[in-house]
Amino acid sequence: MFQWLQDLADWLIYSVFNLAPGSPLGESLNFFIYDTIKILILLFLIIFLMGMVNAYFPVERLRNFLSRHRLYGLEYFLASVFGAVTPFCSCSSVPLFIGFVQGGIPLGVTFSFLITSPLVNEVAIALFIGMFGWKVTIIYVASGILLGTFGGWLLGRLQIEHLLTSWVRQILENAQAQSGTFQREQTSLFSKLPGIGREAMNIVRSVIGYVVIGIGIGAVMHGYVPENFFGQYLSGGQWWTVPLAVVLAVPIYANAAGIIPVIQVLVSKGVPLGTAIAFIMSTIGLSLPEATLLKKVMSMKLIMIFFGVVALFIILSGILFNTLM
Amino acid sequence: MKTIKILGMGCPKCKQTEKVVNMALEAMGMEARVVKVEDIEQIMSYHVMATPAVVVDENVKLTGHVPTVKEVTDALS
Repeated sequence: MFQWLQDLADWLIYSVFNLAPGSPLGESLNFFIYDTIKILILLFLIIFLMGMVNAYFPVERLRNFLSRHRLYGLEYFLASVFGAVTPFCSCSSVPLFIGFVQGGIPLGVTFSFLITSPLVNEVAIALFIGMFGWKVTIIYVASGILLGTFGGWLLGRLQIEHLLTSWVRQILENAQAQSGTFQREQTSLFSKLPGIGREAMNIVRSVIGYVVIGIGIGAVMHGYVPENFFGQYLSGGQWWTVPLAVVLAVPIYANAAGIIPVIQVLVSKGVPLGTAIAFIMSTIGLSLPEATLLKKVMSMKLIMIFFGVVALFIILSGILFNTLM
Repeated sequence: MKTIKILGMGCPKCKQTEKVVNMALEAMGMEARVVKVEDIEQIMSYHVMATPAVVVDENVKLTGHVPTVKEVTDALS
């Protein structure tokens, strides 16, 4: 699919700039040009696609659906899938949380949504496809959705209602199933396409700096860090690398766009994939700025429980990958 | 005079929305009171789930994305 781009990068670096194939500088530059262009194309495509899905299934509609249907446990899974397909903006997570609670959706189901929403987002998916390929992307998305499903279910079991802030508890008491008040907009999907395209361009533009920096760092490492540098220490898939990666990642607040290219190079130099995925999940799923936002609706204790449960599941899935692969 | 409220917890998108609203007002030669609402409890009283949102005279007009100038002018007329 991207062979033409590789040819272009080869031609530019090895013919126009006249660098020797195989030299660290040539390899780094080639990697940088090829990956940056590829990622930007993928980002636009994926964000555009998600924008279309979202224009068709606005979040209010999902909320009303979940609020009216009790699905014998399947609602955790559905909330998690919805979390994956809705575009994520950290400043929207609190209104979403309250909106769900208002609609009488159980707290555990709301948490399923809240866990998956940042974890599986359009920027991360585009970066995963570009840097790791389809197979790893599917593993990432599937484990993100399962993690949200089980994490939410477990949190729902823990009797945590009293740990919400008082005004949220009040909303919880007055919650009611939302009747179908959601008015579907009359405009057709087709007439929304220009707007969706513009929105996608805006998002691409807002992450482009992170992509360039991330791939830049990755490119330098790609050319200069010796082959299998990490593999010689970690080839046994040591289980403790996973919790270590998760703990290291929490204070790092990085955009998926910046962190994934760097991690991909670490994997190519021998870091086990499960450890790498756990690190990425922890970076984008558990961040301190998000915790600060959540303080409006949850007590510190609940935020710690929430992060603890998610971290635990990330560690488990990381260890599972390392053992299976 | 109309009152336009911009709901959002202070993310970059909300600031962009404010800019767009001001551009739309200028284009229409219209004067209005533009208020930014950043308090989550007040935001939720409008039953908005996706920010930024634009509220004109207490009616929620636009939610979930940074609007275009045209969307805002349509919402105002």
